[in-house]
Amino acid sequence: MSLQEKLEKNVWALMLMTAMVVSVGGIVEIVPLFYLENTIEKLNKEEDGIRPYTALEQEGRDVYVREGCYLCHSQMIRPFRDEKERYGHYSLAAESKYDHPFQWGSKRTGPDVARVGGKYSDEWQIQHLKAPRSLVPESVMPGYPFLEDYIIDHTLTEKKLRALAMVGVPYTEADFAGAAAAVKGKTEMEAIVAYLQVLGTMVKFQEGKDYRE
Amino acid sequence: MDVSVGKPDEQEYSFTVVKWFSISAVLYLIVGALVGDFIAWELAYPELNFDNPYISFGRLRPLHTNAVIFAFGGSTLMATAYYIVQRTCHVRLWSTKLAWFTFWGWTAIIVSAVVTFPLGLTQGKEYAELIWPIDIAIAVVWLAFTFNFVMTIANRRVSHIYVANWFFLSMMVMITYLHVVNSLAVPVTLTHSYSIYSGVHDAMIQWWWGHNAVGFFLTAGFLGIMYYFVPKQANRPIFSYRLSVLHFWALSFGYVWLGAHHLQYTALPDWTGSLGAAVSMAMIIPSWGGAINGVMTLSGAWDKLRDDYVLRFLVVSLAFYAMSTFEGPVMSIKTVNALSHYTDWTIGHVHSGALGWVAMVSIGAIYHMVTKLWGKDIYSVSLVNTHFWIHTIGTIIYICALWVSGIMQGLMWRATDDYGNLVYTFAESVVAMHPYYVLRAVGGLLVMIGAILMLYNIIKTISSGKQSAEAAAAAKV
Repeated sequence: MSLQEKLEKNVWALMLMTAMVVSVGGIVEIVPLFYLENTIEKLNKEEDGIRPYTALEQEGRDVYVREGCYLCHSQMIRPFRDEKERYGHYSLAAESKYDHPFQWGSKRTGPDVARVGGKYSDEWQIQHLKAPRSLVPESVMPGYPFLEDYIIDHTLTEKKLRALAMVGVPYTEADFAGAAAAVKGKTEMEAIVAYLQVLGTMVKFQEGKDYRE
Repeated sequence: MDVSVGKPDEQEYSFTVVKWFSISAVLYLIVGALVGDFIAWELAYPELNFDNPYISFGRLRPLHTNAVIFAFGGSTLMATAYYIVQRTCHVRLWSTKLAWFTFWGWTAIIVSAVVTFPLGLTQGKEYAELIWPIDIAIAVVWLAFTFNFVMTIANRRVSHIYVANWFFLSMMVMITYLHVVNSLAVPVTLTHSYSIYSGVHDAMIQWWWGHNAVGFFLTAGFLGIMYYFVPKQANRPIFSYRLSVLHFWALSFGYVWLGAHHLQYTALPDWTGSLGAAVSMAMIIPSWGGAINGVMTLSGAWDKLRDDYVLRFLVVSLAFYAMSTFEGPVMSIKTVNALSHYTDWTIGHVHSGALGWVAMVSIGAIYHMVTKLWGKDIYSVSLVNTHFWIHTIGTIIYICALWVSGIMQGLMWRATDDYGNLVYTFAESVVAMHPYYVLRAVGGLLVMIGAILMLYNIIKTISSGKQSAEAAAAAKV
């Protein structure tokens, strides 16, 4: 009796075999990413300004995730000439190492926002979020005027940072202690603008250096 | 398959739960298409967002994808899996009670998705947006479904396990694995949590899930449907047993690797994306092997296509399966992906699989099951034919519109003039999409109208008093 025939007559053996067969891809392709050191680029002291998000930025990030911004905006610049012209230096894995969950996105109904930080003023960002077509007539983005009306629940911020610390974001006791005060009374609009303004600004890239060998 | 010993009578099977899942599937198809079509119009006319958080694109899009994949797709899979496993194992479901638990559990999960998504409760991972308590519920219901299915097979009265059941099993094993690993998170509150993975690792895990939701949920499971209903409806054995074996093992082995092709040229290490693309190319072989296996089952019975409305859905679904499993590998090639990634082409590709393959094979299977389960002839064949054409045309409009818009988008973004400056602003590419977004929404509308016709036809079939000739003959015996 061939192996195939044995499997066809025993549901437990068939399941076990299937479980083994479907595991191979993940073991070969995904598991190494967790222990190979070059998965996340090593940056030198001058370059590396990557830090965890501040309490307000993290709250803004939560709003970004909640509103599903990632469904239309990517945060992952590819190493192409046109993307460099339009968005800036290609993204590094290191830049999203504190991003739980990642927000690289898969679709650009709107432009990439990986390096939108500092590109526009706070006033521009607020006006654009409230009424996108007042600044960009061609835009198909929904308006988010309500973000100005929602106040952040500062009582949760410390818990959020502690949860992120549990999964590896290096927050300190001082961060936890100051979390509530840092966001108290702030609107979601202020928080999301703080988040957008820091995007892509943490690394000082060196001209001409290849970060993806 | 071996000849059965003591095959039970029709009424001994647990078919009521199958009926409920089948009707739910049609309802969810309408709801999923409705939400999808509404957000398609939002992209064409953004005023439709009304600055209202509960109906904004970013919150409704996960509702659309979850409604079609897990509500419509999931209910279809549970209906057909429970139907096929009893028919091919010649035995009643291991536990009818557990089957009802899966029905009500799944329904509760879908209702909670409809409530939580518009409220903005999400984990922010594509196709895995549902919040953590719902994720746990999914795992419980899914395992109950799997256990019931496996135990039914273990109780079978035939010696061999039929090929359709292999595909269902593979789906159950892999989806359990994917769902659990991808959903691992640290809760902050009952409705909020953070993924334990970050950045590049989260991206890889997420797309391992994302592409295998396609590969196992929307492909392996629906191939199970194909392997039962195509031979049944054509009244012929499957074309090639060897091809089924190849199709099954190669597909189970290969699909798992493909997630990385969603991350070409990103910060994911280059070797991973290339490996994903290489295996993607190889996947043409099992995919086309399977499609050929299904289509060739009709050899010698092609004339049936003239008047068999179910077979027409099934065969066209296989054509779309072949087309999208060719298109997918092409799009995973790095040079093509450089253009196609981030554009509407990806969305069009997904819909050629979802509307062309998954929806059509499901619609065919549900029409077949409804007539068998209720023992009635279909109320109106011409209405089914209308549904067939309206669905096919809607799908083709959808796909073609997004081919054009996607490729145009990609070309406009990369266009540079003689001095190396970008030719178009991003906003100009958005304007260029408008006519195609309207066309896409029209295509989606046709699909939704087709689904409404289907529901009407099925309700009339069930409520009509006329028994089918087949059911009457069975009753006499």
